[in-house]
Amino acid sequence: MTMIPRVFPLVVLSKMKLPEWAMRWLHYIPIAIMAALLSQELLLTSADSGYIRLWAALPTVLIAILTRSLMGTVAVGIISMMILRYLF
Amino acid sequence: MKENAATQERLFWLGVKDCLPTVLGYLSIGFAAGVVERTAGLSIAEIALMSVVLYAGSAQFIAVGMFAVGAPITSIIATIFIANLRYLLLSAALAPYFRHLPAWKNTIHGFLLTDETFAVATNRLSLVGYADNGWMLGLNITAYLNWLLANVAGGIFGQWIGRPEAFGLDYALPAMFIGLLALQMADRPGRRTDLTVVACAVLLTIGLNTVLPSGIDVIAATMLAAAIGMVIEKWK
Repeated sequence: MTMIPRVFPLVVLSKMKLPEWAMRWLHYIPIAIMAALLSQELLLTSADSGYIRLWAALPTVLIAILTRSLMGTVAVGIISMMILRYLF
Repeated sequence: MKENAATQERLFWLGVKDCLPTVLGYLSIGFAAGVVERTAGLSIAEIALMSVVLYAGSAQFIAVGMFAVGAPITSIIATIFIANLRYLLLSAALAPYFRHLPAWKNTIHGFLLTDETFAVATNRLSLVGYADNGWMLGLNITAYLNWLLANVAGGIFGQWIGRPEAFGLDYALPAMFIGLLALQMADRPGRRTDLTVVACAVLLTIGLNTVLPSGIDVIAATMLAAAIGMVIEKWK
Protein backbone atom coordinates (compact mmCIF):
# COMPACT_ATOMS: atom_id res chain seq x y z
CA MET A 1 0.00 0.00 0.00
CA THR A 2 2.94 2.34 0.47
CA MET A 3 4.58 0.80 -2.58
CA ILE A 4 1.94 1.29 -5.31
CA PRO A 5 1.83 5.13 -5.24
CA ARG A 6 5.63 5.32 -5.12
CA VAL A 7 6.39 2.85 -7.91
CA PHE A 8 3.50 3.31 -10.35
CA PRO A 9 4.15 6.92 -11.48
CA LEU A 10 7.90 6.43 -11.80
CA VAL A 11 7.44 3.39 -14.03
CA VAL A 12 4.37 4.53 -16.02
CA LEU A 13 4.56 8.34 -16.03
CA SER A 14 8.17 8.33 -17.17
CA LYS A 15 6.61 7.01 -20.40
CA MET A 16 3.50 9.28 -20.63
CA LYS A 17 1.99 12.66 -19.73
CA LEU A 18 -0.89 13.52 -17.35
CA PRO A 19 -3.61 16.08 -18.25
CA GLU A 20 -3.06 19.54 -16.77
CA TRP A 21 -6.02 19.47 -14.34
CA ALA A 22 -4.77 16.20 -12.85
CA MET A 23 -1.32 17.67 -12.25
CA ARG A 24 -2.92 20.71 -10.59
CA TRP A 25 -5.07 18.49 -8.35
CA LEU A 26 -2.03 16.36 -7.44
CA HIS A 27 -0.15 19.57 -6.64
CA TYR A 28 -2.49 20.22 -3.68
CA ILE A 29 -2.80 16.63 -2.45
CA PRO A 30 0.36 16.65 -0.27
CA ILE A 31 -0.53 19.72 1.79
CA ALA A 32 -4.21 18.72 1.98
CA ILE A 33 -3.42 15.25 3.36
CA MET A 34 -0.88 16.66 5.84
CA ALA A 35 -3.42 19.20 7.11
CA ALA A 36 -6.18 16.57 7.32
CA LEU A 37 -4.01 14.09 9.22
CA LEU A 38 -2.70 16.87 11.46
CA SER A 39 -6.18 18.11 12.42
CA GLN A 40 -7.15 14.53 13.20
CA GLU A 41 -4.09 14.20 15.44
CA LEU A 42 -4.60 17.54 17.20
CA LEU A 43 -8.38 17.90 17.44
CA LEU A 44 -10.11 14.54 17.06
CA THR A 45 -8.33 12.36 19.62
CA SER A 46 -9.62 12.16 23.17
CA ALA A 47 -6.33 10.92 24.59
CA ASP A 48 -5.40 14.17 26.36
CA SER A 49 -7.15 16.57 28.69
CA GLY A 50 -8.13 19.94 27.29
CA TYR A 51 -6.33 21.17 24.22
CA ILE A 52 -2.74 20.44 25.22
CA ARG A 53 -2.01 18.71 21.89
CA LEU A 54 -3.04 21.94 20.19
CA TRP A 55 -0.93 24.06 22.57
CA ALA A 56 2.13 21.90 21.88
CA ALA A 57 1.67 22.68 18.18
CA LEU A 58 2.35 26.37 18.83
CA PRO A 59 6.14 26.15 19.49
CA THR A 60 6.35 23.29 16.97
CA VAL A 61 4.88 25.36 14.12
CA LEU A 62 7.10 28.30 15.07
CA ILE A 63 10.27 26.19 14.91
CA ALA A 64 9.12 24.56 11.65
CA ILE A 65 8.68 27.97 9.98
CA LEU A 66 11.89 29.45 11.42
CA THR A 67 14.31 26.54 10.96
CA ARG A 68 12.68 24.41 8.22
CA SER A 69 14.42 21.48 9.88
CA LEU A 70 12.43 18.27 10.17
CA MET A 71 14.57 16.97 13.01
CA GLY A 72 14.39 20.24 14.97
CA THR A 73 10.61 20.36 14.54
CA VAL A 74 10.11 16.78 15.75
CA ALA A 75 12.44 17.35 18.72
CA VAL A 76 10.66 20.56 19.79
CA GLY A 77 7.25 18.87 19.40
CA ILE A 78 8.24 15.93 21.61
CA ILE A 79 9.82 18.16 24.29
CA SER A 80 6.84 20.59 24.31
CA MET A 81 4.44 17.70 24.76
CA MET A 82 6.57 16.20 27.53
CA ILE A 83 6.63 19.51 29.44
CA LEU A 84 2.89 20.16 28.93
CA ARG A 85 1.95 16.66 30.13
CA TYR A 86 4.21 17.10 33.14
CA LEU A 87 2.55 20.41 34.05
CA PHE A 88 -1.10 19.48 33.43
CA MET B 1 25.42 7.76 -19.91
CA LYS B 2 27.44 4.58 -20.42
CA GLU B 3 29.41 4.13 -17.26
CA ASN B 4 31.75 1.36 -16.30
CA ALA B 5 31.62 -0.46 -12.98
CA ALA B 6 34.25 1.79 -11.37
CA THR B 7 32.27 4.95 -12.18
CA GLN B 8 29.07 3.37 -10.86
CA GLU B 9 30.84 2.46 -7.64
CA ARG B 10 32.21 5.99 -7.25
CA LEU B 11 28.69 7.38 -7.85
CA PHE B 12 27.27 4.92 -5.31
CA TRP B 13 29.53 6.28 -2.55
CA LEU B 14 28.77 9.85 -3.62
CA GLY B 15 25.07 8.96 -3.17
CA VAL B 16 25.82 7.61 0.31
CA LYS B 17 27.64 10.85 1.18
CA ASP B 18 24.80 13.04 -0.17
CA CYS B 19 22.33 11.11 2.01
CA LEU B 20 24.14 11.86 5.27
CA PRO B 21 22.45 15.24 6.04
CA THR B 22 19.06 13.47 6.24
CA VAL B 23 20.30 10.61 8.44
CA LEU B 24 19.84 12.34 11.82
CA GLY B 25 16.33 13.58 11.03
CA TYR B 26 15.07 10.16 10.04
CA LEU B 27 16.93 8.54 12.92
CA SER B 28 14.83 10.54 15.42
CA ILE B 29 11.50 9.83 13.69
CA GLY B 30 12.35 6.15 13.17
CA PHE B 31 13.38 5.88 16.80
CA ALA B 32 10.10 7.41 17.98
CA ALA B 33 8.17 5.08 15.63
CA GLY B 34 10.01 2.08 17.08
CA VAL B 35 9.23 3.10 20.67
CA VAL B 36 5.53 3.66 19.92
CA GLU B 37 5.28 0.34 18.04
CA ARG B 38 6.95 -1.58 20.87
CA THR B 39 4.73 -0.07 23.55
CA ALA B 40 1.68 -0.83 21.37
CA GLY B 41 2.62 -4.50 21.75
CA LEU B 42 4.61 -5.31 18.61
CA SER B 43 7.70 -7.55 18.88
CA ILE B 44 11.14 -6.44 17.65
CA ALA B 45 10.78 -8.79 14.65
CA GLU B 46 7.38 -7.29 13.79
CA ILE B 47 8.83 -3.78 14.08
CA ALA B 48 11.70 -4.70 11.74
CA LEU B 49 9.25 -6.26 9.26
CA MET B 50 6.98 -3.21 9.38
CA SER B 51 9.84 -0.76 8.73
CA VAL B 52 11.18 -2.87 5.85
CA VAL B 53 7.79 -3.47 4.17
CA LEU B 54 5.98 -0.16 4.78
CA TYR B 55 9.12 2.04 4.96
CA ALA B 56 7.11 5.17 5.79
CA GLY B 57 6.97 6.94 9.14
CA SER B 58 3.44 8.27 8.65
CA ALA B 59 2.13 4.86 7.50
CA GLN B 60 3.65 3.10 10.50
CA PHE B 61 2.32 5.61 13.04
CA ILE B 62 -1.12 5.43 11.40
CA ALA B 63 -1.09 1.61 11.35
CA VAL B 64 -0.17 1.36 15.04
CA GLY B 65 -2.53 4.13 16.12
CA MET B 66 -5.54 2.69 14.29
CA PHE B 67 -4.61 -0.86 15.33
CA ALA B 68 -4.53 0.28 18.97
CA VAL B 69 -8.08 1.68 18.83
CA GLY B 70 -9.33 -1.45 17.05
CA ALA B 71 -10.03 -0.03 13.60
CA PRO B 72 -10.93 -2.62 10.92
CA ILE B 73 -8.00 -3.76 8.75
CA THR B 74 -9.65 -2.52 5.54
CA SER B 75 -9.88 1.05 6.82
CA ILE B 76 -6.26 0.88 8.08
CA ILE B 77 -5.10 -0.20 4.61
CA ALA B 78 -7.25 2.46 2.91
CA THR B 79 -5.92 5.23 5.19
CA ILE B 80 -2.30 4.18 4.63
CA PHE B 81 -2.91 4.09 0.90
CA ILE B 82 -4.44 7.59 0.82
CA ALA B 83 -1.80 8.96 3.19
CA ASN B 84 0.84 7.75 0.77
CA LEU B 85 -0.93 9.06 -2.34
CA ARG B 86 1.26 12.13 -1.91
CA TYR B 87 4.10 10.00 -3.24
CA LEU B 88 2.26 10.03 -6.58
CA LEU B 89 3.25 13.66 -6.92
CA LEU B 90 6.85 13.18 -5.80
CA SER B 91 7.25 10.12 -8.01
CA ALA B 92 5.62 11.90 -10.97
CA ALA B 93 7.93 14.89 -10.50
CA LEU B 94 11.03 12.68 -10.68
CA ALA B 95 9.77 10.55 -13.58
CA PRO B 96 11.31 12.62 -16.43
CA TYR B 97 14.81 11.94 -15.07
CA PHE B 98 14.29 8.17 -15.18
CA ARG B 99 13.36 7.69 -18.85
CA HIS B 100 16.63 5.97 -19.72
CA LEU B 101 16.43 3.33 -16.95
CA PRO B 102 14.60 -0.02 -17.35
CA ALA B 103 11.26 -0.50 -15.55
CA TRP B 104 12.63 -2.94 -12.98
CA LYS B 105 15.26 -0.43 -11.81
CA ASN B 106 12.61 2.29 -11.61
CA THR B 107 10.48 -0.08 -9.51
CA ILE B 108 13.31 -0.28 -6.95
CA HIS B 109 13.99 3.48 -6.97
CA GLY B 110 10.25 4.16 -6.69
CA PHE B 111 9.77 1.88 -3.71
CA LEU B 112 12.69 3.53 -1.89
CA LEU B 113 11.35 7.06 -2.47
CA THR B 114 10.83 9.18 0.68
CA ASP B 115 10.22 12.87 1.37
CA GLU B 116 13.85 13.38 2.38
CA THR B 117 15.49 11.39 -0.42
CA PHE B 118 13.15 13.21 -2.83
CA ALA B 119 14.51 16.55 -1.62
CA VAL B 120 18.13 15.38 -2.03
CA ALA B 121 17.42 13.78 -5.42
CA THR B 122 15.66 16.79 -7.00
CA ASN B 123 18.66 18.91 -6.01
CA ARG B 124 21.11 16.72 -7.88
CA LEU B 125 18.93 15.56 -10.77
CA SER B 126 18.06 19.12 -11.80
CA LEU B 127 21.82 19.81 -12.01
CA VAL B 128 22.91 16.58 -13.72
CA GLY B 129 19.80 16.22 -15.90
CA TYR B 130 19.29 12.49 -15.41
CA ALA B 131 19.34 9.89 -12.62
CA ASP B 132 22.56 7.88 -12.18
CA ASN B 133 21.61 4.37 -11.17
CA GLY B 134 24.65 4.08 -8.86
CA TRP B 135 24.06 7.41 -7.15
CA MET B 136 20.35 6.68 -6.60
CA LEU B 137 21.20 3.29 -5.09
CA GLY B 138 23.77 4.84 -2.72
CA LEU B 139 21.26 7.46 -1.57
CA ASN B 140 18.33 5.06 -1.20
CA ILE B 141 20.12 2.16 0.47
CA THR B 142 21.70 4.46 3.09
CA ALA B 143 18.29 5.93 3.94
CA TYR B 144 16.66 2.47 4.01
CA LEU B 145 19.22 0.90 6.37
CA ASN B 146 19.19 3.98 8.59
CA TRP B 147 15.40 3.70 8.89
CA LEU B 148 15.50 0.00 9.79
CA LEU B 149 18.25 0.63 12.36
CA ALA B 150 16.34 3.54 13.95
CA ASN B 151 13.11 1.52 14.21
CA VAL B 152 14.79 -1.48 15.83
CA ALA B 153 16.78 0.76 18.22
CA GLY B 154 13.53 2.51 19.21
CA GLY B 155 11.84 -0.86 19.70
CA ILE B 156 14.62 -2.12 21.97
CA PHE B 157 14.58 1.14 23.94
CA GLY B 158 10.77 0.94 24.12
CA GLN B 159 10.99 -2.25 26.19
CA TRP B 160 12.21 -0.19 29.14
CA ILE B 161 9.63 2.55 28.80
CA GLY B 162 6.22 1.89 30.26
CA ARG B 163 4.40 4.85 28.78
CA PRO B 164 5.97 6.67 25.78
CA GLU B 165 3.31 9.39 26.24
CA ALA B 166 5.04 10.60 29.41
CA PHE B 167 8.05 11.53 27.27
CA GLY B 168 5.92 13.08 24.53
CA LEU B 169 7.18 10.48 22.03
CA ASP B 170 3.73 9.92 20.52
CA TYR B 171 3.82 13.58 19.46
CA ALA B 172 6.57 12.77 16.90
CA LEU B 173 3.88 12.10 14.27
CA PRO B 174 1.93 15.39 14.43
CA ALA B 175 5.27 17.21 14.74
CA MET B 176 6.50 15.49 11.58
CA PHE B 177 3.32 16.50 9.73
CA ILE B 178 3.84 20.11 10.87
CA GLY B 179 7.47 20.00 9.69
CA LEU B 180 6.62 18.48 6.28
CA LEU B 181 3.77 20.96 5.79
CA ALA B 182 6.07 23.92 6.52
CA LEU B 183 8.80 22.53 4.25
CA GLN B 184 6.44 21.97 1.34
CA MET B 185 4.78 25.37 1.55
CA ALA B 186 8.08 27.22 2.00
CA ASP B 187 9.51 25.89 -1.25
CA ARG B 188 6.78 26.91 -3.68
CA PRO B 189 4.73 29.91 -4.89
CA GLY B 190 0.99 30.41 -4.28
CA ARG B 191 1.10 30.67 -0.49
CA ARG B 192 -2.43 32.10 -0.27
CA THR B 193 -4.02 29.22 -2.21
CA ASP B 194 -1.96 26.76 -0.15
CA LEU B 195 -3.25 28.27 3.11
CA THR B 196 -6.83 28.15 1.80
CA VAL B 197 -6.41 24.45 0.95
CA VAL B 198 -4.97 23.78 4.43
CA ALA B 199 -7.88 25.60 6.11
CA CYS B 200 -10.43 23.72 3.96
CA ALA B 201 -8.76 20.38 4.76
CA VAL B 202 -8.92 21.10 8.51
CA LEU B 203 -12.58 22.22 8.46
CA LEU B 204 -13.64 19.37 6.15
CA THR B 205 -11.91 16.78 8.35
CA ILE B 206 -13.67 18.07 11.47
CA GLY B 207 -17.02 18.31 9.68
CA LEU B 208 -16.85 14.94 7.90
CA ASN B 209 -15.62 13.23 11.08
CA THR B 210 -19.15 13.46 12.47
CA VAL B 211 -20.76 11.68 9.49
CA LEU B 212 -18.08 9.36 8.06
CA PRO B 213 -16.14 6.49 9.63
CA SER B 214 -12.63 7.28 10.86
CA GLY B 215 -10.08 7.11 8.05
CA ILE B 216 -12.63 7.72 5.30
CA ASP B 217 -13.17 11.27 6.64
CA VAL B 218 -9.47 12.05 6.07
CA ILE B 219 -9.55 10.62 2.54
CA ALA B 220 -12.68 12.58 1.57
CA ALA B 221 -11.42 15.83 3.16
CA THR B 222 -8.09 15.55 1.34
CA MET B 223 -9.59 14.94 -2.09
CA LEU B 224 -12.15 17.75 -1.67
CA ALA B 225 -9.63 20.28 -0.32
CA ALA B 226 -7.21 19.54 -3.19
CA ALA B 227 -10.08 19.95 -5.66
CA ILE B 228 -10.88 23.35 -4.12
CA GLY B 229 -7.24 24.36 -4.60
CA MET B 230 -7.38 23.19 -8.22
CA VAL B 231 -10.52 25.25 -8.92
CA ILE B 232 -9.15 28.41 -7.19
CA GLU B 233 -5.96 28.18 -9.25
CA LYS B 234 -7.94 27.82 -12.46
CA TRP B 235 -10.29 30.76 -11.77
CA LYS B 236 -7.62 33.15 -10.54
